[in-house]
Amino acid sequence: MLRLPCPHCGLRDHAEFAYGGDANVAKPALDAPQQAWIEAVYMRANPRGAHAELWHHVHGCRAWIVVERDTATHVVRGARLPERKP
Amino acid sequence: MNAYSFAHLAYHALTGHRHWRPAWRDPAPKASYDAIIVGGGGHGLATAYYLAKNHGLANIAVLEKGWIGGGNTGRNTTIVRSNYLLNANAQLYELSLKLWHGLSADLNYNVMFSPRGVLNLAHSDAQCDAFVRRGNAMRLNGIDAEFLDRDAVRRMVPLLDCSSAARYPVHGGLLQRRGGTARHDAVAWGLARAADARGVDIVQNCEVTGFRIVNGRIEGVETSRGPIAAPKVGLAVAGHSGQVAALAGLRLPIESHVLQAFVSEPLKPMLDTVVTFGAGHFYVSQSDKGELVMGGDLDFYNSYAQRGNLPAIEHAAAGALQLFPSFSRLRLMRLWGGVMDMTMDGSPIIGMTPVQGLYLNGGWCYGGFKATPGSGWVFADTIANDRPHPIAAPFSLERFATGALLDEKGAGPVPKDH
Repeated sequence: MLRLPCPHCGLRDHAEFAYGGDANVAKPALDAPQQAWIEAVYMRANPRGAHAELWHHVHGCRAWIVVERDTATHVVRGARLPERKP
Repeated sequence: MNAYSFAHLAYHALTGHRHWRPAWRDPAPKASYDAIIVGGGGHGLATAYYLAKNHGLANIAVLEKGWIGGGNTGRNTTIVRSNYLLNANAQLYELSLKLWHGLSADLNYNVMFSPRGVLNLAHSDAQCDAFVRRGNAMRLNGIDAEFLDRDAVRRMVPLLDCSSAARYPVHGGLLQRRGGTARHDAVAWGLARAADARGVDIVQNCEVTGFRIVNGRIEGVETSRGPIAAPKVGLAVAGHSGQVAALAGLRLPIESHVLQAFVSEPLKPMLDTVVTFGAGHFYVSQSDKGELVMGGDLDFYNSYAQRGNLPAIEHAAAGALQLFPSFSRLRLMRLWGGVMDMTMDGSPIIGMTPVQGLYLNGGWCYGGFKATPGSGWVFADTIANDRPHPIAAPFSLERFATGALLDEKGAGPVPKDH
């Protein structure tokens, strides 16, 4: 079991959360070139190692949080609230 | 190659098994090849085999970071089927299934292909309707499909709890009789032996660390055993496609996820088909050793760890007991995880890349093992002729830009939901 440090609720089992994917994906402006939208919707860095990712604390405070986790070792380095609405 | 046969076996038995030779050579890499395949799993080996057999190329190397059969080829749950709704998927997997039916004879190696049927259980009227629709789509594509009602399911799988007291009562099932299982290690070994016999160099412990690209054209690869030149390079490294493609400057519509599987202690024969419980994330078959081979769904977060977490196993085991209450006292022997390329539409990517002479085969999601021979067939043709094989054409990388997605489940661009 991964344990994620929710900024509101403290350390909780990851089974309480739903995964939301790469937190560094930013939606471009509505009139941005098509390539910018293709990049945002489909292309992913998919790193092996440090990964900032969104988790939704569905069975807790219901906040979206950004977790810093290593995708090769599963080590969780911390969590914070996102700066903007995911 | 010494052809395996009854006489061959008798000779070795009578001489005390002292003269068996390795099934394939262990060559050092040459300075250059006509084509290089990166990745010595089933797909890479099948590609090299069909490049040699169908297209007459002999000067080929397969570069494998570890050893043959040590990656995802040995981590899947060995199921073979072609029960897809969309035409492009149906044609690719059906080509593969047809090749599976002759593969042991073709390779002179018993891959233990067992067409024992694949049964998808339905648990609601809506699911029955969806399965009948998929079965009809399959039959229009020339693929066998039968819809079974509850009594037929009960007769076929007597251990299954088909009572109305079940947590999710069985309403029926979609059966593909020509599907089944194959021994995954034997597939890797048989393909390696057959490719080697046609002159393919299978270079193990040789990691690709970079690509030599000049003016947008591939000229070779950098490896842990030195540079190797080649005008054509094919990637077959599913699980790590994003990592390897990034060395060539490509970004892919892929997330890597871990999928777990587990086996029980060996039992006497009790289940002679493959049963899947899509509504609850569980499937099972029985191996020739007697172990029940079981799996569920993803752990649902990006991972390259080749191991997962217990909640996913607990969820799959709960599904097992809902269907088969008699499994309740079984002990698990092993559990493991494999890293998979999960694409944004749930279908694989086969074809050209923006780098001339560099070809991509990846993004296999859950479908990699069953596609092994068909994938190698169309990928070899694509590499040999420098254009997508007609069956591979819909699986191009460009489909994410053009919008011609192959979204079998209609789940949208969320890799974990396919």
